[in-house]
Amino acid sequence: MTDVQLGMPQLPAPDYPAEVRARLEADAREVIARYPDSRSALLPLLHLVQSEEGHVTRTGVRFCAEMLGLTTAEVTAVATFYTMYRRGPSGDYQVGVCTNTLCAVMGGDAIFEALQRHLGVGNGETTEDGKITLEHIECNAACDYAPVVMVNWEFFDNQTVDSATRMVDDLRAGRTVEPTRGAPLCTFKETARILAGFPDPRPGAVEAGGSAGPASLVGLRLAKGEAAPGRVVSPRSADYPSDEEAPAHPSSHDAPQRTSASDPHHPSGPVAEEGE
Amino acid sequence: MTVTVERGESSPEKLLAPVLSSFWDQPKSWTLDTYLRHEGYEGMRKALAMPPDDVIALVKDAGLRGRGGAGFPTGMKWQFIPQGDGKPHYLVVNADESEPGTCKDIPLLFANPHALIEGMIIACHAIRSEHAFIYLRGEVVPVLRRLHEAVREAYEAGYLGTGDARRRKLGLDGLPDLDITVHAGAGAYICGEETALLDSLEGRRGQPRLRPPFPAVAGLYACPTVVNNVESIASVPAILHKGKEWFRSMGSEKSPGFTLYSLSGHVANPGQYEGPLGITLRQLLDMSGGIRPGHRLKFWTPGGSSTPLLTEEHLDVPLDYEGVGAAGSMLGTKALQCFDETTCVVRAVTRWTEFYAHESCGKCTPCREGTYWLVQLLRDIEAGKGRMEDLEKLADIADNINGKSFCALGDGAASPIFSSLKYFKEEYQQHITGGGCPFDPAKSTVWADDPSSTHLGVNA
Repeated sequence: MTDVQLGMPQLPAPDYPAEVRARLEADAREVIARYPDSRSALLPLLHLVQSEEGHVTRTGVRFCAEMLGLTTAEVTAVATFYTMYRRGPSGDYQVGVCTNTLCAVMGGDAIFEALQRHLGVGNGETTEDGKITLEHIECNAACDYAPVVMVNWEFFDNQTVDSATRMVDDLRAGRTVEPTRGAPLCTFKETARILAGFPDPRPGAVEAGGSAGPASLVGLRLAKGEAAPGRVVSPRSADYPSDEEAPAHPSSHDAPQRTSASDPHHPSGPVAEEGE
Repeated sequence: MTVTVERGESSPEKLLAPVLSSFWDQPKSWTLDTYLRHEGYEGMRKALAMPPDDVIALVKDAGLRGRGGAGFPTGMKWQFIPQGDGKPHYLVVNADESEPGTCKDIPLLFANPHALIEGMIIACHAIRSEHAFIYLRGEVVPVLRRLHEAVREAYEAGYLGTGDARRRKLGLDGLPDLDITVHAGAGAYICGEETALLDSLEGRRGQPRLRPPFPAVAGLYACPTVVNNVESIASVPAILHKGKEWFRSMGSEKSPGFTLYSLSGHVANPGQYEGPLGITLRQLLDMSGGIRPGHRLKFWTPGGSSTPLLTEEHLDVPLDYEGVGAAGSMLGTKALQCFDETTCVVRAVTRWTEFYAHESCGKCTPCREGTYWLVQLLRDIEAGKGRMEDLEKLADIADNINGKSFCALGDGAASPIFSSLKYFKEEYQQHITGGGCPFDPAKSTVWADDPSSTHLGVNA
């Protein structure tokens, strides 16, 4: 299927197989019952269909629309607004490197560059084995643990190039990977189900990670007369492999678009000089 | 208990005042059992025995102000809810913490979710609401787990549920039904803006609404609604339990009470520091080991990236609503992001601006177009391809966004531009005249000074 639809409009999306539909309908009714107005259930239902197929498919959109009495256009308008809804197949593990200013400066840019090289994928792309989708993410409210990497939205705090590289290798090799704060990793689909509002069924998942991370306790310890511990630094050294080039600067990964200077195919871009 | 902050005082025992964070070091701090062992739900019992209007008056008299950034008095927000209007009332807790640098609500909810639940029960009693929502950003699954569990425990204990069940288990008469729904967002900074949050909670694209009508009159489902930040609501139980005089014994006349300060960046000990309002960054740095060894502070944000940058000369500014305002910035979320002399301010501002452009919801033209063009100019300047007149153009575009956009996201985008041009114009000029960035980003990393690191030089 091409990206651009020409000619006749698409046929309606196929429905789920009957048993899948029956199971999801029961879940959807439970979600809808939590709200005074059914449309409020749309965000959770989009998480729910994502937990079935790993991304929001046309079938998933149709399901949400039918459950809530909306048009598929209304559902699509919402699904495309929020970054957590995926629009295409992706990996089991979403590895998100924070590259907002503070994490970027503290090492997030270097980690993101290194992971792109190591995995051979760009922003938003998935490794060939279907295990990892690499993304840069925005501030995830853990700045006192910078640089931060999120895997399926669990916290990997105080990362270095080396620790992050080792972590993705472990994920691809199927070894157990535990976050610094959060529960042992489950797949992206299982995570999506928790986001839909169904508590994590795994024993010990709520307890995992302890009461609070070390940085969360710094002030409390000082107030109790204990000494400040000093910054948590990863025990591993953070050198670049000598055969690889260190990351270039400046690095900007995100839309909006390129400027004319970096995009010779569109010379009349936003900042072109007259006659350039 | 700590009273107002003494100038020159540097002992953390005297300067800090852990309340919300006071038992985060205890085993299983997030559970109902642990919370009950630390005076949990005492405030709720007092509140439920009081007439709702008295609860509102108490919170108002205590002087609690919103901890989400704007600093609006919480009790006054509650008072705006019309009574006897025959419509359902709603409480919506804004747990969408996404402002760059802000990291207080997420650790609070991870370690102590019951403080929020108890605060919500008190607030619902005050505004006569029978259904409350927690809008949690979706990208923090460990916190979502603990909220699911805390709400489950609260139902089981009879704090939540049908009026009958609550009366039976709490032994209090006249309690209405009360439900709390935990709602996970799906990734959109703009949903931290209260009216965009309400649209999102109604199952729509998260775009801000025109005000008036304010949420207190027409909020969720066009019904009277209070939208409060997590920390604001979580601070209420302690006020009920210990009284308004106790609360007012901390901080200043106009900014009373305790709050969470989040120290991050190039500091020796990043983390959460809970103390009375009015503490200074110098005091926080002095007690916590300062800037990382061998470096000095260059610039910092008092409350996230949307609050104008401050510099070394502002180290003694009292970190309360008035103090930071007088210094030309805003207290915001008390997210103290500190950057040392290795950091390129143009790089920092460019990245924040890319964030605002990415998160602009597209509803209004000044923000949608303005942030786009700011990014183009900044990227060129950072790469050494800018021109001197671009600096004026930056300020001009920022001026066309600030105060002219639909919501505060636009104002936030203009803040780093204005303040960095004010304090670091020379650095921008250096990028232009020098044809590039004079800084080495490798020197800013957290591992840059680690002797075990055999770092290759990075060409800037």
